[in-house]
Amino acid sequence: MTTIYEQRPGLSRRELLKRGTIGAALIITGNAVISPDKAWGLETAALKPDTMATLIKLARDIYPHDSIADRFYAIAVKGHDTKAGTDGAHRELIEAGIADLDARAGAGGYRGLGWEDDRVDILKQIEATPFFQAVRGDLVVSLYNQKELWPHFGYEGESYSKGGYIARGFDDIEWL
Amino acid sequence: MAAPYDLNDDSVVVIIGSGAGGGTLGNELAQKGIDVVVLEAGARIEHEDFINDEWDSFAQLAWLDHRTTGGGWRVSKDFPNLPAWIVKAVGGTTTHWAGASLRFQEHEFKTLTHYGKVEGANLLDWPLTLAELEPYYAKAEDKMGVTRTNGIEGLPGNNNFKILKAGADKLGYKDCHTGNMAINSADRDDRMSCQQTGFCFQGCKWGAKWSTLYTEIPKGEATGKLEVRPNSHVVKIEHDDSGKVTAVVYADKDGTLQSQKARIVCVAGNSIESPRLLLNSASSKYPDGLANSSGQVGKNYMRHTTGSVYAVFEKPVHFYRGTTMAGIIRDEAKHDPSRGFVGGYELETLALGVPFMAAFLDPGGWGRSFASAMDSYANMAGLWIVGEDMPQEQNAVKLHGELKDKYGMPIPDVWFTDHANDIAMRNHAYQQGQAIYAAVGATRSFPTPPYPSTHNLGTNRMSEKPQDGVVNKWGQTHDIKNLFVSDGSQFTTGAAENPTLTIVTLAIRQADYLAREMGAGTI
Repeated sequence: MTTIYEQRPGLSRRELLKRGTIGAALIITGNAVISPDKAWGLETAALKPDTMATLIKLARDIYPHDSIADRFYAIAVKGHDTKAGTDGAHRELIEAGIADLDARAGAGGYRGLGWEDDRVDILKQIEATPFFQAVRGDLVVSLYNQKELWPHFGYEGESYSKGGYIARGFDDIEWL
Repeated sequence: MAAPYDLNDDSVVVIIGSGAGGGTLGNELAQKGIDVVVLEAGARIEHEDFINDEWDSFAQLAWLDHRTTGGGWRVSKDFPNLPAWIVKAVGGTTTHWAGASLRFQEHEFKTLTHYGKVEGANLLDWPLTLAELEPYYAKAEDKMGVTRTNGIEGLPGNNNFKILKAGADKLGYKDCHTGNMAINSADRDDRMSCQQTGFCFQGCKWGAKWSTLYTEIPKGEATGKLEVRPNSHVVKIEHDDSGKVTAVVYADKDGTLQSQKARIVCVAGNSIESPRLLLNSASSKYPDGLANSSGQVGKNYMRHTTGSVYAVFEKPVHFYRGTTMAGIIRDEAKHDPSRGFVGGYELETLALGVPFMAAFLDPGGWGRSFASAMDSYANMAGLWIVGEDMPQEQNAVKLHGELKDKYGMPIPDVWFTDHANDIAMRNHAYQQGQAIYAAVGATRSFPTPPYPSTHNLGTNRMSEKPQDGVVNKWGQTHDIKNLFVSDGSQFTTGAAENPTLTIVTLAIRQADYLAREMGAGTI
């Protein structure tokens, strides 16, 4: 079972420094991926935590919304961990796909590439693969179908319970 | 009040499907005192239970049985198992449709005559004329409460329409308004008026948009002459030695096969399931399927030349607010070959929510270009192109060679490739759509590819001569006197207009014919 939980302050600044992690980078501890500054963590059950951290980065590179926090990308990809728990072929697809990304990226792995453009160059090489298609195809729903994100896009969602928009601006455009 | 009929009652008219064709026909016959059983594959979901959420609604209503696709269309690559976005529920796709209700133009019934032979196209004139249909169009418009007919006011324009109208004015288009919509602009027929809620595609929770689910069907049931059986998935139509159809075999809600006897069978399962059913009903007498002596069952599959244009502006639009299809430009609907193609197209506003915009804006797209488009969602306007596509024999609904459904029947395999005329028309429409938005200050626009088809047409087409098509001008199959087709698969050609009004019109007319012929004892 994949869980996403609010991370209590547990890792001291000193510990973070010791791990060589700074800023917003995700860190791996035990079977969890932790965002040190945003106070959330994600426990993996079937996939390696490292794999999950790279998946989160990959998800952001596929649909880069700079003002959307990592937490939402983590929620969007956690289904792969759940599915990998009951579907060995899926686990292999994801683990091998991420390993391939790391191999293509060289010494520091995929997450170690500092520029998005460099990571995207790698993704363009693999965009026709079943791995990429599985991740992107799932993500287009699991990211954009998160109701918590709709305000970011200026989408108001369900409107019937509010009486529709007949008195709430269906024709309120003023700049034309 | 609904009449239950016995499975062995062979006096009933059995209608397969409860959408625009089947639902309307059922009520019209019941009103005339004819006993009708409507078999509907989907569940009965009343309008209060519709969901204002795109994916949840899709799971609730969409026809998701396994299908495969082939051919050159992009839908086959992006949505290989979803050729069509149609509904499996009582009311059929009238729960999902946008409500646009336009009459065909006179020349669109005579395309071979007006367009001439088009290389690679299987054009044919309809065996009827606009003049013959006009009285029935009038009845359909009154029944459905179409705006701008019968003294019914147009709907108010939302933000998406205001942008379309401003762009249309700049380009010099003259015929632009909030449409002829089967959506109440004021209370009518015991249904309330549009509350500008959006989510027209997810089923109107107010019942303001016409759907057979809460108009034709309950009215028919109230006569005591119409029984609607939901969760009844038809697998086969049977016939006797003389060739007349006698019974319809269906799987009930428990998956148990039942056989309903019938005096007459009317097929209205939409243009994928209807030909599939005729083909799957093949027998030693009819080895190529029922009513298929012409070999045209399943052929000439049309889906309209569609596409969308979405555009981003500097300031907010909130185009998802209000009626989904909130206005139209009709100037390009004419036949004017100087544009480089035959036939014409309509431009109609369209809006999607964030979840479906992500799925359909550029299927398979990713990266900064895609994400920044999504980031501009609140500032988007959008329109949908709907134009006449060319019937082509190789565009077809076929039976899959290997895959079968849970009742052991071959699943449909839907093949489609654009004709050169379709591509030329779409490109013209993309150009015009982008020009409309550029004229009012769009900073960026997107020529978006067609979605899975909601307009599925032509796979049991109407023809004067039996060798050219499947049914005659009444929707009666050329081969079998008591077998009828009552949905959009009858269409000889697709015209530029949204098909529902014409499907309803043909159903009203077919009911008159059926009553007349039954009365005369000829069927």
